[in-house]
Amino acid sequence: MRQVAIIANGVRRELELEPRELLVYVLRERLGLTGTNVGCDTSSCGACTVLMNGEAVKSCTMLGVQADGMEITTIEGLATNGELHPVQQAFHDHHALQCGYCTPGMVLAAVSLISSGEATDEAAIRDGLEGNLCRCTGYHNIVQAVAAAAGVS
Amino acid sequence: MAATETTGSFVGTSVKRKEDASLLRGRGTYVENLNLPGTVFMAIVRSPYPAARIKSVNLVAARAAEGVVAAFSGADLAEDWKGSLPCAWAVTEDIKMPPHYPLAVDEARFQGDGVAVVIAENRTLAKDAAELVEVEYEQLPSIAGVEKALEEGAPLVHADLGTNECYVWKLDSGDVQAAIDAADVVVKRRYFQPRLIPNAIEPRGVLAQVGPTDELTLWSATQIPHVLRFALQLVLGILESKIRVIAPDVGGGFGSKLDVYAEEALAAALAKRLGVPVKWTEERSENYQATTHGRDVVHELTFAATRDGTITAVRSEAKCAMGAYLQLVTPGVPLLGAWLYAGPYEIPNYSVTFTGVFTHTTPTDAYRGAGRPEATYVIERTMDALARELGMDSLELRRRNFIKEFPHTMASGLTIDSGDYDASLDRLLEILDLDGTRADQAERRARGDAKQIGVGFSTYNEMCGLAPSRILGAIRYAAGGWDSATIRFQPLGSVQVVTGTSPHGQSHETTFAQVVADQLGVDVDEVEVLHGDTAVSQLGMDTYGSRSLAVGGIALYHASQKVISKARKIVAHQLEVSEDDLEFADGTFSVKGSPDRSMTIKESAFAAFSAHNLPDGMEPGLEETATYDPANFSWPGGAHAAVVEVDTETGDTRLIRYVAVDDVGNPVNPQIIDGQVHGGVTQGIAAALYEEGAYDEEGNLLTTTMATYLVPSAAELPSYETDRTETAADNPLGVKGVGETGTIAAAPAVINAVVDALAHLGVTDIQMPATPERVWRAIQEVSS
Repeated sequence: MRQVAIIANGVRRELELEPRELLVYVLRERLGLTGTNVGCDTSSCGACTVLMNGEAVKSCTMLGVQADGMEITTIEGLATNGELHPVQQAFHDHHALQCGYCTPGMVLAAVSLISSGEATDEAAIRDGLEGNLCRCTGYHNIVQAVAAAAGVS
Repeated sequence: MAATETTGSFVGTSVKRKEDASLLRGRGTYVENLNLPGTVFMAIVRSPYPAARIKSVNLVAARAAEGVVAAFSGADLAEDWKGSLPCAWAVTEDIKMPPHYPLAVDEARFQGDGVAVVIAENRTLAKDAAELVEVEYEQLPSIAGVEKALEEGAPLVHADLGTNECYVWKLDSGDVQAAIDAADVVVKRRYFQPRLIPNAIEPRGVLAQVGPTDELTLWSATQIPHVLRFALQLVLGILESKIRVIAPDVGGGFGSKLDVYAEEALAAALAKRLGVPVKWTEERSENYQATTHGRDVVHELTFAATRDGTITAVRSEAKCAMGAYLQLVTPGVPLLGAWLYAGPYEIPNYSVTFTGVFTHTTPTDAYRGAGRPEATYVIERTMDALARELGMDSLELRRRNFIKEFPHTMASGLTIDSGDYDASLDRLLEILDLDGTRADQAERRARGDAKQIGVGFSTYNEMCGLAPSRILGAIRYAAGGWDSATIRFQPLGSVQVVTGTSPHGQSHETTFAQVVADQLGVDVDEVEVLHGDTAVSQLGMDTYGSRSLAVGGIALYHASQKVISKARKIVAHQLEVSEDDLEFADGTFSVKGSPDRSMTIKESAFAAFSAHNLPDGMEPGLEETATYDPANFSWPGGAHAAVVEVDTETGDTRLIRYVAVDDVGNPVNPQIIDGQVHGGVTQGIAAALYEEGAYDEEGNLLTTTMATYLVPSAAELPSYETDRTETAADNPLGVKGVGETGTIAAAPAVINAVVDALAHLGVTDIQMPATPERVWRAIQEVSS
C-alpha cells in the first residue's frame, strides 16, 4: 500500500492505495466521485477524462499513485456555486448530450482544449476531441457547443 | 379522431432538456454508480474458443482465492433455471429454437459464451479469481460465415438440430417470376452487410437484490424493464408480481440493451442463492463478445424494369446470421425490414425470403434500424445500379417510381399513411447544390486529380413505431405493441406523467412533458415524467423501434383527454352548468358566452383532492391511465445525400458533406429531432466507412476492442446539414418515429457516393465498410 494525497475538486484527500488501483476507480470508489465514467478498457473512449493540474488525462490510463500531490478536477468540481461552467452551459444550450455517459469526459476534454488555446476553429475542435467517443450525438452539437464556449465559429 | 382542444405553446419548439441538469453535473444514476450495503461482485469465465466441449470445470483454486464468496460452473446452476433465456419471436411454425441457459453446461458455442461465474468482495478480486478457474475444453470444428454454415458438411452449432438453418420465412405478392421474364431489364446484385457492434458507451451492468420471500429488485442498464420483468419469471420462477426492475439512467442502447441477458439472470439467481446483493459491470472487451451484434446478412437482390425505368418486380433472398443462440428478437430482426424491399417506390410484384442461419458467433439481435437498414441498403444501392443499366439519371429513376398518393397500400400488404417523397428530395436538392458538386467533379476528372469526389443519394421510407398488436400476433411475435401513460394532477397543480416507454438518451423527460403541458395547458416545468421503474410504471412495452413518441406519445394524448374529461365534469358541477357549455383552452374551463365564469384545471385538481364538492358517485383524485394500441406502423421517409472525397492513390475516403431531409411528421422538439438524426446518420456513416465486426472463418473475433473496431470520432466526420419536410401521420399528434431514420438512410448514400467518385474509372461496387484497402483494391481491379 502507498500513502498518497490527491487534491480532488479542491479538497485534499489522503489515501492508502494499492499500487495497481487505477485513478478512475480511486475517484469513483474511494472518493465517491461517480461522475467520471468508464466506457472501455483500452484508453479509446475518453469517458473517464478528468483534468490533472488543468490538463485532460484519461483516468483509466493512470494509476492512482501517479496522482499523488496532483490537483484533479472531475465533472463534479466544474460548476461554481451551482452555476454551470460555460462549457457545461454550452452543452445544455446546444443539445450536445443525449444519454450523458460520455458527457463528463467530453466536457472536461473540451475545457482543456479551450484553456490550452487549441480550439481555434471547427477542424481544430474536431481533431482535439478525437480521443473522446460519443455514440449518440454524431458530434455535430458537441462541436457547436465547444465552438460557442470557445468563442469561435 | 378527436381534435385536440388546447392550442399548445411548447410542442414544436426547442425546449431545452430537463435531463441535462443531472447528467451535466456528473449525477447520472447509471447502474455502475449504485451500491447497496454488502454487495458482492460477479465475474464471468468465458470460452476462448468458438466451439468446444466442456470436459471439466475446476473451481477449487478460485474458491480458495482472496475475497471469493462463491464460484459456480454451468452444471452447478443448472437447477436454478426454470426456463431458457427467452426468444420472443418464433417467426415460423417450424423454426428451430435451441435452449439457451445463462451458463453453458456441456458445450460452448461462441467465443465469449459463459462457462463459470465467480463472486467476490470486489470487482478486482472477482476478476483475479476468475483467472484461476480451470476449464478443460475439447475444441470442436466451428464456422462463422452464413453461406459456409449452410454448406453440406459444415460444422453444426447445435448438432442435435442436424442443420444450421434456423428458419426460412417468405413474403410473396404478385407474380415476380413472370415480371422478371417479361422485363426489358433485369438487375441482380449481391451484397454483404458486415457485423456491427453497437457500442453504447455505457457497457451493460446489473445489480440484483432478493429479499427473504423472493422479492427481487433488479437494476439493469436495459431498454426494456417491463419485458425483462416478464422474462425473469420465466427464467427464474419468481412471480412477476414480486419482481421490480429498474432502468436508471442508461447510457445508450441502440438495440443492444433490448434483450434478456445471461448476466441479468445470473445476478438475480446468485443474489437469491447467496442472500446478498450481486453486481456485475461489463468490460468493453467483454461487451464485444457478450452483448448482441447487428447485421451480418448476405443479400441477392433482383429488380425487373421496363426500358423507361418503371420497376415491375423486386425479389430479395437473404441469409441472415443468428449467431450461436436466439436472443430476445434475433429471428425477427429481418422481418422488421420485410415490408421495405420496395422502398418508397410502387413495385407491384414482390418477393422476400429470409433464411436464418446459426453460426459460432455472438448472437445477433436488434441494432439501430433492425432489418430496415438492411433492406434500404440493398434497395438504394440497386436503384443506382439499375439507373446505370438504363443509362438514366438515378434521381429521375427514383422519382419515376415514387409512391405519390397516400394512404398507399403496398403490394406487400401494409398501408403507408402519409408521406411526400418528392418534397423531401426537392428540399434536399435545394440545400445540396448538385450542379456545383457535379461541376467540381467534372473538373477533377478532367484534370485527372488524385482526389476525386462523388455524390450519392438515398431516398427511403421506413416502418417503425412498433407496433399494432394484431399485426405482431399475425407475424408470430409473442407480445403486443401497445403502450401506456398515466397522468396525475397533484393537489396543488403540478403534474406527474408515468410512461411505459423507457428512455436511454432520447429525451422523453423533456418531449413528453411538452406534449402533456400543451394538452393540459400547464407549464412544461410543472410536468415531471416518470419512467424506467416497474414499481412506478406498471404497464409498458419499453423503448425500441422508434416507438416511444409514436405509441407512448399517443397514450399520453389519450390519458390527457381523459383527465380533461374528468376535470370538465368537476368544473361543470361546481359552476352549475352543463359540460357542453364549457370551453377548455390554456388550462382554463370557461362558460361559453360568459368568459368571466371560469375555473382552471389546476383548481379542478384541488377540488378532486379535497373531494368536498364532487358530482355524486365520482371518485376523488385527478389521475387517468390510457393504453394505446396503434392501428398502423409509423412511416417516416426522406432523402439523404452524401458527398465524399476519395484519394485514388491511397483509397482513403473522407465524408465531406452530409445532407439529410426527413419527414418525421409534426415535430415536437426540433433540436432533439436534429440530435436524433445526427446520431442516427453517424451510425450509418460508420457502417459505410469504418465499422466491421470481423470474424475469421472459425468464429474467432478479430475486432476485439475499440482499438481495432473503429467507432468514428469527431475528427472523421463533418458537420451535418439537416432539414425537414412534414406530412402529418394518421394519429392525434401527427407524429412519426425519428430514432432510426438516419441509420436506415445513411449507409447506401455514402457507398453510392464512393462508387460515384470512382465511376469514371469503371468501379461499380465497393464492399462496406469502404476502407482505404478496399477502395484501393477496387481501383486496382478496374485499372488492371
